[in-house]
Amino acid sequence: MTTNIMIVGVGGQGTLLASRILGYVFEQRGFDVKISEVHGMSQRGGSVVTYVRFGEKVYSPIVSEGEADYILAFEKLEAGRYVRFLKEGGQIVTNTGRIDPMPVITGAAEYPEDVLDKLAAKGVKIDGIDAMAVAKEAGSEKAVNTVLLGRLSKYFEIPETEWTGAIDAVVKEKFREMNKKAFRMGREA
Amino acid sequence: MKKLMLGNEAAARGLYEAGCRFVSSYPGTPSTEITEEACKYDEIYCEWAPNEKVAMEAAFGASLAGGRSAVCMKHVGLNVAADPLFTISYTGVNAGMVIFVADDPGMHSSQNEQDSRHHAIASKVPMLEPADSVEAKEYTKLAFELSEKFDTAVFVRTCTRIAHAQCSVELEDRVEVPVKEYAKNPQKYIMAPANAIRRHPIVEDRLAALRDYAETSGINKIEWAKDLSTGIITSGTSYEYVKEVCGDSVSILKLGMVNPLPERLIREFAAHVKRLIVIEELDPVIETAVKAMGIACEGKNLFPITGEFSQSIVRKALGYPEKPFVEGEALPGRPPVMCTGCPHRGLFYVLAKNKYTVLADIGCYTLGSAPPLNAVDMVLCMGASVSGIHGFNKIRKETTNKTVAVIGDSTFMHSGMPGLAKVAYNGSNSKVIIVDNSITGMTGHQNNPTNGYNIKGDPATKIDLEALCHALGIGRVRVVDPYDLKETERVIKEETAVNEPSVIISRRPCALLKTTKAKPALSIDPEKCRACKSCLRIGCPAISLRNGKPVIDGAQCVGCTVCQGLCAFGAIGGNEQ
Repeated sequence: MTTNIMIVGVGGQGTLLASRILGYVFEQRGFDVKISEVHGMSQRGGSVVTYVRFGEKVYSPIVSEGEADYILAFEKLEAGRYVRFLKEGGQIVTNTGRIDPMPVITGAAEYPEDVLDKLAAKGVKIDGIDAMAVAKEAGSEKAVNTVLLGRLSKYFEIPETEWTGAIDAVVKEKFREMNKKAFRMGREA
Repeated sequence: MKKLMLGNEAAARGLYEAGCRFVSSYPGTPSTEITEEACKYDEIYCEWAPNEKVAMEAAFGASLAGGRSAVCMKHVGLNVAADPLFTISYTGVNAGMVIFVADDPGMHSSQNEQDSRHHAIASKVPMLEPADSVEAKEYTKLAFELSEKFDTAVFVRTCTRIAHAQCSVELEDRVEVPVKEYAKNPQKYIMAPANAIRRHPIVEDRLAALRDYAETSGINKIEWAKDLSTGIITSGTSYEYVKEVCGDSVSILKLGMVNPLPERLIREFAAHVKRLIVIEELDPVIETAVKAMGIACEGKNLFPITGEFSQSIVRKALGYPEKPFVEGEALPGRPPVMCTGCPHRGLFYVLAKNKYTVLADIGCYTLGSAPPLNAVDMVLCMGASVSGIHGFNKIRKETTNKTVAVIGDSTFMHSGMPGLAKVAYNGSNSKVIIVDNSITGMTGHQNNPTNGYNIKGDPATKIDLEALCHALGIGRVRVVDPYDLKETERVIKEETAVNEPSVIISRRPCALLKTTKAKPALSIDPEKCRACKSCLRIGCPAISLRNGKPVIDGAQCVGCTVCQGLCAFGAIGGNEQ
């Protein structure tokens, strides 16, 4: 059995850090782990996707349509964009915050405020959290990624110490305590 | 010890373990981190070269001197390095030399989707293709062995899903390989016709020997299944997708060496299976070779020639059931944009406002082409803006004062200089804007010869762009700060009005550099704002409309003040002392 997690968001939100923490946790648990990310042009404020897969033996580094057990969305429009990758019965954990994409800024398109409601109406399981508000409370607006990771962590029966240990291993010392705080607040929210 | 590693990180580890001493590269997504990671090992001298051609030549020089060497590039970089490549094939090497080339199927960060295997075939240089990080390390080490055994440079080809995918890799120790003796050998290393004529048959013999190696070495291996109704020939990531979908239910010939191909092994495999399918991303390179052997097979009749593969594509093509999914709504796209505070934004705003024809280049500033600025007319390849504008202006002399080239500092050093020499020498009155943000930006912040730092971040010789342009024969060189819209507009108008070539350096460090400190976020006073939306015209991701009026997102704004320069009502503030 392979478990598939997709982390989606806007370039610059820190999806890579979240995937590295996840990868570390599952590798420590003895799973075969594959992570796939994209660098370069797409990172410049565009829609970004990172895949994390773990299981006994994982071959492909990416997740295809209908395969994701979890989609961790750092922005709600991006949750809607990648819903086709969600497995039947899969879970979306999403930030309820909004970041306008350029077509909305230029007036070429409207931001669909009801994007999550429409997904829920289709029977998609959604767990939303205002991650920016929690991150600010934790001490940094940049911690949206670890807040959401904390929220996602509730879906796995893994002790908190393994997650905070992964943060210790992956995050630079200067930002560790703040990220651990953000993680715990997301986990408890 | 095991560690989760990117393919690029694992390749760098392979360089370390193989006793590599020298790496010279030009950054290019998705190859960049090989050199960045190799640089973390003190035993390997690493450097950023101005372009891939000089990087490859330097790696060759290091090999000639007797040290194991490597050069890393993206697929289009190999075009730039093709000149030395084809003749290094003739000279062979002294110490082992490895050429990494990373393709980008799906064009996540590239201007085309070319298949580097053609270069390996055309240059008669062997090519290995790992399928994950474990093989990226293993094949890198093997490449050095083959390089020295067969007296040839060796390619290691990756793609985005190898280079930027992580899996667990077992770390081993470095094996020190002493510097080999250097002896003068004109017949081997001076490729004048008399010598090259004698070297070419050696290249052909070497290829035959490599073919024998490919047949028997185990780098190409057959995984037999009980069921022989379908046999699949595949390599690289495609192998992973096939295993994901088919498991052990089909027989697979996995090719670890994609040039030269093992003909006897392919024949043996084909003879045992009923239906033979070649699964390869991009061009039908293996398929064409198999068909040329007179063996019937399928391939591009089932699989796309464009884009990257996935397990879903393999499922569909092979008739496996697809996974059900929820179809989402049509949503606004989210294309990449210039970052908040990007120094390029102000420049492109001025160019768009004044309706210049803009021949641009490869880098973050390619994004000047995106709405709402739509400021760019052409982007081709590294350096093409400067040489392109010369040809453009020779044909359309009447628009010379409304046409500009835009090229970055690093791209100018890479291949813009010869174009500028041409502009000066052949007099086309062309106007070239060098956007100098003190870094190679798009590939993730690499130092370059114009910013005064080397790959390790230590001070290095800083090439003076103004003096360089003068030396290339350009009399007029001006410098502007693109945050100052009025001054930028004035200077561009002045320079495009004169009847001689001119360079404008638009200078302001990248907003994402650690040394660039963000200023206080700006805000819009709703009382003063008349909702004219002028500030929205610069396409800043921090400014959006809420209930008909623009607002600035304080979390994103870095206080660059470019929007302030556009507001006729003084509504944008927040940075008052």
